[in-house]
Amino acid sequence: MSGFAWDWHFAWSIVPFLLTGAKLTIIATVLGSVIAFVLGMVWALIRMTQIRILAPIVGLFVEFIRGTPLLIQLYFLFYVLPTWGMSMPALTTGVIGLGLFYSAYAAEIYRAGIEELPVGQWEAALTMGLPLRRVWLGIVLPQAVRTVLPVLGNQVVAMFKETALLSTITVMELLAQAKNIGSIEFRYVEPLTLAGLFYLTISYVAARGLRRLETTHAVHG
Amino acid sequence: MPYTGEPNVHLLRPELGPVPARSLVSMRGISKSYGDRKILDSIDLDVASGEKVALIGASGSGKTTILRLAIGLVKPDEGTIFIDGDYLWHEQGPNGLRPAGERHARKVRRSLGIVFQHFNLFPHMTALQNVREPLMHTLGLAREESDARAIDLLNQVGLGEHLGKRPSQLSGGQQQRVAIARSLALRPKVMLFDEVTSALDPELVGEVLRIMRELAHATDMSMLIVTHEISFAADIADRVLMFDAGKVIEAGPPEQVLKNPEHMRTRQFLRAILER
Repeated sequence: MSGFAWDWHFAWSIVPFLLTGAKLTIIATVLGSVIAFVLGMVWALIRMTQIRILAPIVGLFVEFIRGTPLLIQLYFLFYVLPTWGMSMPALTTGVIGLGLFYSAYAAEIYRAGIEELPVGQWEAALTMGLPLRRVWLGIVLPQAVRTVLPVLGNQVVAMFKETALLSTITVMELLAQAKNIGSIEFRYVEPLTLAGLFYLTISYVAARGLRRLETTHAVHG
Repeated sequence: MPYTGEPNVHLLRPELGPVPARSLVSMRGISKSYGDRKILDSIDLDVASGEKVALIGASGSGKTTILRLAIGLVKPDEGTIFIDGDYLWHEQGPNGLRPAGERHARKVRRSLGIVFQHFNLFPHMTALQNVREPLMHTLGLAREESDARAIDLLNQVGLGEHLGKRPSQLSGGQQQRVAIARSLALRPKVMLFDEVTSALDPELVGEVLRIMRELAHATDMSMLIVTHEISFAADIADRVLMFDAGKVIEAGPPEQVLKNPEHMRTRQFLRAILER
């Protein structure tokens, strides 16, 4: 019954392999977040400033992304795009897939943050004749981003866990490494448990940090 | 009528009469409704260069809307607004006045500054950064020049010690003084004060009124002041307008309107304020 007994020696020996997977998990999370936050801001601004033609297209895109499973989007990028002559490395595909998916949610989060801004802020900015560019970059966005920072942080944590889906498109991230070790050694308990613990630890620490961020930012300014 | 270089309202609404030559703000036939509620009903209003005009009346009588109309935050349903040589929502075309948009309004409202009831300071900026904002980004001055002017303005309102503080670190009275300094930064010809002491704790009202008094006496800026501070209005206003249900029911020097009102509503209103 070797499968049920925990083998410390085995567990210790697979840690380096799991860590190479964890490294990819973290890289995918960081790059995916950067793409999501930047694109999300672009979508939000295009929709809120109602730029002609672009705004409805972005609207449709956001609805589409939010209305379909991430897994299908990843499969599409990984299996369908290459048949159209667009093939990318698995990690790149995964990062783009995650980034696009979460950018749709980030756009809504930014929008909520912008709409929450007291109307007096707009009035002060407009009556002092600030150029529109400055109103957005200097007054509106800094405040809006600050209010939604904890929510964006939660998105990062969610994405961090969703990176496990990248194992389905051959990215050798943490879960893929764990599965790989399991199938080679015919022992799944240790690799899957350690992988799970890793996700849990990072998520827990991040959630605690975010809660602290939330309380310090509750006092505006 | 002698040629003054200023367009004549006769072009648009001949029945309303010409704009007085020295007038910085002239409203003619202004009406504004929100839904079924008529906030302003065919108002005419002039503010001469250097003149201090106080607007009084119960809340909801339309006086705040006048300020918001003057600075273009609100568009009138009817009538024209003339600010320092230009129409706010119209421009001169070959065949007289024609409607103009937001871009035009943005240029015209440059002659005006406004101080709001709730300050509307930028909470993520220090006092200095708040005052510097219009200098750097509206006027496009360099940072050193902007800082120097901003510090000077904050000194004028007695806040030289608090340059680096955020609004949340300042009292309401201090915040409102920062807001006044910020509005003065663009050297407006007309300052609009919208119940600037109404949101303050009673003990903080005095410091803000003192700054406004100094401003009124030391400058030839025109002022349009919505206030419930009757003795303050009596002190600094050249003219007081009493609003009731969207109309100006009484207007004249403070000695007359505040001390010896003719209209029954004015008397009731003043009595209610004094008994507060």
